[in-house]
Amino acid sequence: MLNHTPNEVSERTGLVVNPAKTCQPIGAMYAALGIHNCLPHSHGSQGCCSFHRMHLTRHFRDPVAASTSSFTEGASVFGGSANLKTSIKNVFSIYKPDVIAVNTTCLSETIGDDLPTIINESEVPEGKYVFHANTPSYVGSHVTGFSNMVKAMVTTFSKKEGPCNGKVNLIPGYTEPGDMRELKRIAKVMGIESILFPDTSGVVDSPMTGRYEMYPAGGTKVEDLVDSGNSLATIAMGTFASEAAANELDKKCGVPAHVLPLPIGVKGTDQLILELIKITGKPVPYELEEERGQVVDVMTDTHHHFHGKKVAIFGDPDHVIAITEFVIGLGMKPIHIVTGTPGSSFDRQINAILDAANIKANVKNLGDLFTLHQWMKKEPVELLIGNTYGKYIARAEDVPFVRFGFPNMDRSVHSYFPVVGYKGALRLIEMISNALLDRVDRDAADEDFELVL
Amino acid sequence: MAIEKSIEDILEQYPAKVRKNRIKHIVKKTDDKKSEIEANTRTIPGIITNRGCCFAGCKGVVLAPLKDVVHIVHGPVGCSYYTWGTRRHKGRSAQGEQNFLSYCFTTDMQESDIVFGGEKKLRQAIKEAYELFKPEAITISATCPVGLIGDDLNAVAREAEELYGIQVLPFNCEGYKGVSQSAGHHIANNVLMKDVIGTGDAETKPYAINIMGEYNIGGDGWEIARVLDKIGYHIVSIMTGDGTYKELKSSHKADLNLVQCHRSINYIAEMIEIKYGTPWLKVNFIGLKNTVETLRNVAKYFGDEKLIQRTEEVIAEELVEAEETLEVYKRMTEGRTAILYVGGSRAHHYQGLLRELGVETVVAGYEFGHRDDYEGREVLPHIKVDADSRNIPDLHVEKDEKNYRLYLSEEKMVELKKFMPLSAYEGLIKEMKEGGYVIDDLNHFETEELLKSLKPDLFCSGIKDKYMAQKMGIFSKQLHSYDYSGPYAGFRGAVQFAKDIAMGMNTPTWSFIQPPWQQAPLLEGEVAEEVASC
Repeated sequence: MLNHTPNEVSERTGLVVNPAKTCQPIGAMYAALGIHNCLPHSHGSQGCCSFHRMHLTRHFRDPVAASTSSFTEGASVFGGSANLKTSIKNVFSIYKPDVIAVNTTCLSETIGDDLPTIINESEVPEGKYVFHANTPSYVGSHVTGFSNMVKAMVTTFSKKEGPCNGKVNLIPGYTEPGDMRELKRIAKVMGIESILFPDTSGVVDSPMTGRYEMYPAGGTKVEDLVDSGNSLATIAMGTFASEAAANELDKKCGVPAHVLPLPIGVKGTDQLILELIKITGKPVPYELEEERGQVVDVMTDTHHHFHGKKVAIFGDPDHVIAITEFVIGLGMKPIHIVTGTPGSSFDRQINAILDAANIKANVKNLGDLFTLHQWMKKEPVELLIGNTYGKYIARAEDVPFVRFGFPNMDRSVHSYFPVVGYKGALRLIEMISNALLDRVDRDAADEDFELVL
Repeated sequence: MAIEKSIEDILEQYPAKVRKNRIKHIVKKTDDKKSEIEANTRTIPGIITNRGCCFAGCKGVVLAPLKDVVHIVHGPVGCSYYTWGTRRHKGRSAQGEQNFLSYCFTTDMQESDIVFGGEKKLRQAIKEAYELFKPEAITISATCPVGLIGDDLNAVAREAEELYGIQVLPFNCEGYKGVSQSAGHHIANNVLMKDVIGTGDAETKPYAINIMGEYNIGGDGWEIARVLDKIGYHIVSIMTGDGTYKELKSSHKADLNLVQCHRSINYIAEMIEIKYGTPWLKVNFIGLKNTVETLRNVAKYFGDEKLIQRTEEVIAEELVEAEETLEVYKRMTEGRTAILYVGGSRAHHYQGLLRELGVETVVAGYEFGHRDDYEGREVLPHIKVDADSRNIPDLHVEKDEKNYRLYLSEEKMVELKKFMPLSAYEGLIKEMKEGGYVIDDLNHFETEELLKSLKPDLFCSGIKDKYMAQKMGIFSKQLHSYDYSGPYAGFRGAVQFAKDIAMGMNTPTWSFIQPPWQQAPLLEGEVAEEVASC
């Protein structure tokens, strides 16, 4: 397994090996699925759409429908305008969505298709919408694509048109439907009305009923997207995935943007609750205090499982930042930290967390798993946290592995449960501690094999 | 009749232009007339197709399984990322041999590379790949923007070959070329034929064969090789599942080429025959009957009595176990119906195995097949070449006087061709039962409607529409990735497949779909005149 990875790190400027990111359009497609009755449309070659649907379906084990402009060589030379117009016409008449969310690709971006003009010239039935996000694959990562599509939702739909609706907008970041459900629940138990967007809960975790619904019950409704312009405030969770949309909403409709890290772990969730109190003045109900207390109770009772353990972490920047903070709270030592997504603010945010805990670590944005593996060979860790692709390294180095973040294609059910909130923290503690203790049991000599740990 | 009505209903719901197009991709099998189908033509924009792109067919399908090669994808990160570990072309290597299957290599082009050109980065990437890994060879595959910005892959590759002394093979397989993965197969075939096959001189043993168009998904190739080894064949190379660049170089020295997936590898098979004289045999290792027939054909080709006898011994040995187990599963699958929509071969190959399990295929179609995959190679001279196909250049090869050799005399070949598909393929339509439907490039809407109206017991397709079927309560078996099971080829594979679909169609979970309170009234008692209040 990964036998050709040398221990010594050498500088690479041309070759990326085992990337820790993918391209923008898939993030845009995922975000678009979070609008009710919306069909994502990929403006490029068929392969892009096929790859993205394949990858999302493998992660969620649920249908992911999306259409494509099916570029040919001719379209690539003469522009994809005719392809998009035909697509819009056919999609509305055959697949009947309320909204088509178009994302571009490296192909349509390179040839410079003018999306606003093409969409303007297209036949859009009364009461239906077509909007787009520019998502060139050669900029940023899938997280950038998600961010761009969410921002486009604001640009297209949000309107300041009435009195304040008393609601709080929640932008959940590139998270699982289980996370989105949890964020809505937290707001609800605090007695706060929220508009969460995008919302893929009820879309990619839809129930088995014996009927296939191309547009399942979930997803943020267009009227709520419009109404987000009248909200009290916006809480954007994650600077990389959510901040751009919140700022746009602030600029466009004057809804103040509150940018937080993803609410993962006690500290992260506390920050979210504090912000909700600040915005709405609502008190924290006992239900949430109880949940919080349970997490702290478990952390204390089991701190010896975690304390001082060295960890390597990789994945999407908002997730990695939040989990780094969380594992430090458990007493662990993150020493190798990588995201594939470019952005120096990643290093800044991670270093601030590390400095506060007085931990020295290797940190890299626009990094790849080859580098991470080499770091791990040089300075071994006792736990690896990251998406499915980490399994190769975990096997090669025989390190316990916790699957966290997107994609998770070799384990199921993850999309139904949260990692955010106090509930999510409890789940993460269980996942991490099971991984560590399974290893303790596996490696213990008979005489040291403990019944109680 | 039910199918005919469903198809009419589907077509009726389409806009006129779409209907006009789709009608030509749908054919009813009738025994008394030849059926012509439109295939390998553009998918209409906006139609939710299962098709992928040229890059996927070239790098993803044909090249990626070659395990001793560093496959660099020149482009933004996604194309390389999505073809990393997702296709299940397994490969194992002996200690010390190179195996890069768990790696993913890309130039991860950034905006500045698009603006100023990506050749510099590509050169650097090749240098780094060579210095880090010292592979047998390097491939570079182009993605969409590369062709548009005019990066010259061929020049960069030539230059790198001189610098590093290994082959660096350029594949101009931009995603927009052609109309599906199929264009990519062709491009990959051309380069491998032009630059790799024929450059080696490894020793071959008697009964030397290549297995072509076998990608070792879920270990299919290993099961096929197990049986062929047992009989006594020398497998020179496998194209390309668990294959190596090193073996590929000497593949022209085999005595016979076995072609499993016709669509993806027929170009090489045909060109090898022209250049080196080695004929190809269309084989089908899916299902017991097909596997047996294939093994007998191969033995007959070599014509050695001992080999023929050994073949029968092995067949008898393998069948004892397989037939008995298959019979057990057949009790759980018999009398069911299936819709197959997959690939350029599997929608054909699996029909025999399903028949052995008592499952009738009512609709079948290919995602990226051509007319010859449906109607047989005899239609090749009559296929209209449209603009999209013309863009994929044909490679013309000539007889290699030095290495050309006929294993069998021309007379013997003529005789054998009467009994077996030597350098011939009859296509999918012949396999279908009368009244069955063949649908090319079956799309999301058609799939949904057909599943709803025909309610088959089994839908064999890919990951993208698997869960749509299952939401309707129809078991769906992925025939691209086998739902992470396999092998499905050969004797043991047939048993594994039988086990998997018997399990899938009969899992107790189907019985939970409808909640009990929806099945029967739960409240008992008489209706009172007035509702009591507390």
